[in-house]
Amino acid sequence: MAKGNNTPRHEMPTRDAEERRHIFGEVALGYTLEMAVEEAGRCLNCKKPSCVPGCPVNVRIPEFIAALAQQDLWQAVAMLKDKNSLPAICGRVCPQETQCEVVCILGKKGQPVAIGRLERFVADWERMQGMRAPELPAKTGKKVVVIGSGPAGLTAAGDLAKAGHEVTILESLHTPGGVLMYGIPEFRLPKDVVNAEIDYVRKLGVKIECNAVVGKLYTLEELLAENDAVFLGTGAGLPMMLNIPGENFNGVLSANELLTRTNLMKGYLFPAWDTPVKVGKRVAVVGAGNVAMDSARCSLRLGAEEVHIVYRRSRDEVPARAEEVHHAEEEGIIFDFLTNPVEVLGDDKGWVTGIRCIRMQLGEPDASGRRRPIPIEGSEFEMPMDTVVMALGTRPNPLVFTDAAALERSRTGTAVTNQENGRTRMERVWAGGDIVTGAATVISAMGAGRIAANDINTYFQDSSGPWWIEPTAAPAAVSD
Amino acid sequence: MYRIVTKKVLGPVTKMYVIEAPEVARKAQAGQFIILRVSDKGERIPLTIADYDRVAGTITIVVQEIGKSTRELGFMEAGDELASFTGPLGRPTEIENFGTVVLVGGGLGIAPIYPICRSLRAAGNHVIAIIGARTKDLLFWEDEMRTVCDELIVGTDDGSYGRKALVTVPLKELLDAGRKIDRIWAIGPAIMMKFCALTSQPYGVMTLVSLNSIMVDGTGMCGACRVSVGGRTRFACVDGPEFDAHQVDWNLLLSRQRFYLDLEKTALEAYERSLAPAAANN
Ligand SMILES: Cc1cc2nc3c(=O)[nH]c(=O)nc-3n(C[C@H](O)[C@H](O)[C@H](O)COP(=O)(O)OP(=O)(O)OC[C@H]3O[C@@H](n4cnc5c(N)ncnc54)[C@H](O)[C@@H]3O)c2cc1C
Ligand SMILES: Cc1cc2nc3c(=O)[nH]c(=O)nc-3n(C[C@H](O)[C@H](O)[C@H](O)COP(=O)(O)OP(=O)(O)OC[C@H]3O[C@@H](n4cnc5c(N)ncnc54)[C@H](O)[C@@H]3O)c2cc1C
Ligand code: SF4
Ligand code: SF4
Ligand code: FES
Repeated sequence: MAKGNNTPRHEMPTRDAEERRHIFGEVALGYTLEMAVEEAGRCLNCKKPSCVPGCPVNVRIPEFIAALAQQDLWQAVAMLKDKNSLPAICGRVCPQETQCEVVCILGKKGQPVAIGRLERFVADWERMQGMRAPELPAKTGKKVVVIGSGPAGLTAAGDLAKAGHEVTILESLHTPGGVLMYGIPEFRLPKDVVNAEIDYVRKLGVKIECNAVVGKLYTLEELLAENDAVFLGTGAGLPMMLNIPGENFNGVLSANELLTRTNLMKGYLFPAWDTPVKVGKRVAVVGAGNVAMDSARCSLRLGAEEVHIVYRRSRDEVPARAEEVHHAEEEGIIFDFLTNPVEVLGDDKGWVTGIRCIRMQLGEPDASGRRRPIPIEGSEFEMPMDTVVMALGTRPNPLVFTDAAALERSRTGTAVTNQENGRTRMERVWAGGDIVTGAATVISAMGAGRIAANDINTYFQDSSGPWWIEPTAAPAAVSD
Repeated sequence: MYRIVTKKVLGPVTKMYVIEAPEVARKAQAGQFIILRVSDKGERIPLTIADYDRVAGTITIVVQEIGKSTRELGFMEAGDELASFTGPLGRPTEIENFGTVVLVGGGLGIAPIYPICRSLRAAGNHVIAIIGARTKDLLFWEDEMRTVCDELIVGTDDGSYGRKALVTVPLKELLDAGRKIDRIWAIGPAIMMKFCALTSQPYGVMTLVSLNSIMVDGTGMCGACRVSVGGRTRFACVDGPEFDAHQVDWNLLLSRQRFYLDLEKTALEAYERSLAPAAANN
């Protein structure tokens, strides 16, 4: 078998850009077994693998890839799932180019092993076999409630159920899955894949109660009275706006509204599904993260003729996954870098007609280490638009904190925890995922869910120590 | 799950449903709303909590059939189940002994003011209610309203029942009569709330309205429900739905409510076509 850079990395088969601009079918089609085994063969199975520390949950990358190269797929599944409970999802949406793949040794001289694509292949293969029913352990009699059913909550719930506790997930929407269902579109993450993970968690005995808005239907205090532990995984679902004039005109939407209508409510199937979603012929999406790419690409599929990404920094600072930017460009999305909207323009009936923007240039690096964008005086110009989508980032929704004054929060509204064990300042309450970090990644949310579940088990065995221990070092938050 | 316990026809396009939702009933308060989906493919529609029974574990809603989702709901009967039912959402009405209060319910707005009247009366207020509708067929709950207020004024725009007057007319008369009025609530179509706000403004009486902007999640996540109050953008679902009427940007609300009109029409037409063969068989 050809190891290392003697063979090029296998390209991912994708649907043709012209075809996919109009449909919600998955863009990346997945490796065949031959491709996967060959790609796996490129891995050097390094003794001291540099890829593993690049992964936020330290997936056993060389081990699962070695098993795949030998076509021992069940072993590959076992190795992969040892650290990652959502590999079919992470294989599709992880920013591999900044995590595991960027530090793969093969990347030094050529192309890194396609770790994410292999992960996706192994996980998809497992799903095709029909998920094996898990063995359930003896009941411990402990009750845990998990709030939120995104990757953090699903992972925590699954791990806690495997430990024998009685677990209930409370979810405010009518469908579980968090951002995986309402945010990330079908063409990037098919909902069948997400549903399979949710079914698995249910098979472990986890009860999922939807339509349960914590803070309204139940308070944290009430939940603590009836349960031994509470895990908060409510994410960062509160949209930020630019606070510029004209932002409430008809046709200005938050990315959350566009994506929720499109993905959760299946607006792209309107009127067979009831919820309408409306984009005009010319759409501007403000921002350049994953949320912006998804908004832009959804707009295109919903019938827009010209879609712009308007971003105040330059290409080098774009926070979205490289693959999504690449796909967006292939699909014809126009990128306006170093451009910042200063006003939304509208007509006398209150409908959007365009945006007024100012050109930017890059100055000194700011707190995030990226060069700060500075407006160029006198460079204002207008772009006619029918729809403007604000994809500027999100913050934790404060609803869950109603009547929970003991829960410490940061200035940006995130829950303060010791990220080594997931404990909040409030006894018997753990938290993890975007509610702690602000908008971050699926894999980091999954990892946080797992850390908290482990600590809940530890706590159930011995709760004599102090509840709160100052964390040794605060990991940096991801933003923008 | 969310079973319809009782359905009652209150008028040609107005129906009342009592829905089994014990958890929601345990927490519900006047001024709050729920969001329901009729079917699995259904839209999330917000409806005010018109009544609740903590013992029976039920929530009452009153619905006017104006589009696809509300018409589809109209075909459901006692015993049928809704696809989802979420609440209680929004902030409850602030209830205190203010003194003399006036509650104006226009059309559908009669339903939401009912529990508010009851709570205000229990808190010791002298409660005056004005209920009105375009025409007699759209009026409901006159008897029920009598049980929760001290004075009741009933009217219709076309004079088909009660006084022939828009609700703003008796409101202005009360304000002009020189009685001390401590607080006003006006709930109904946006245009009616706007004119109630304009009516009470010169008198400087604190007036609250319940803003029915377009909503999706109802939990602060989507921003579809953005309204402007006192020059600030607020989310009606979590910051409201009640706001100070004199601070609301009414034209913005009225304009934003129309955003999906063309598509809603498409949905209704498609739905009516799908019903047509069934109707022909009758
Ligand atoms: C459009 C979009 C695209 C993205 N693309 C990527 C990507 O490509 N790669 C990647 O790694 N990451 C991506 N992310 C980020 C990633 O999805 C999140 O970091 C991750 O989902 C966070 O997981 P979580 O479990 O913390 O929260 P979430 O997934 O946000 O789930 C939280 C859940 O809690 C529920 N909830 C909130 N409040 C309450 C309450 N009071 N009571 C009950 N339930 C409540 C919410 O309804 C939600 O279902 C993307 C995010 C978005 C929005
Ligand atoms: C807080 C609140 C409380 C409400 N209480 C009641 C009530 O007690 N009884 C009642 O009959 N109606 C109430 N409404 C209005 C009700 O939600 C709409 O009539 C319903 O959503 C219409 O759905 P449809 O598909 O039948 O009509 P559509 O044809 O979809 O819409 C007709 C009109 O209803 C409004 N509308 C549509 N979708 C929504 C939505 N998702 N959110 C808000 N408005 C929408 C729009 O202005 C639209 O022009 C309330 C609205 C809000 C926001
Ligand atoms: S989980 Fe994500 S970061 Fe970790 S190995 Fe898999 S693809 Fe790479
Ligand atoms: S660093 Fe690259 S080559 Fe080495 S084990 Fe990891 S994936 Fe394989
Ligand atoms: S309805 Fe979505 S934020 Fe209010």
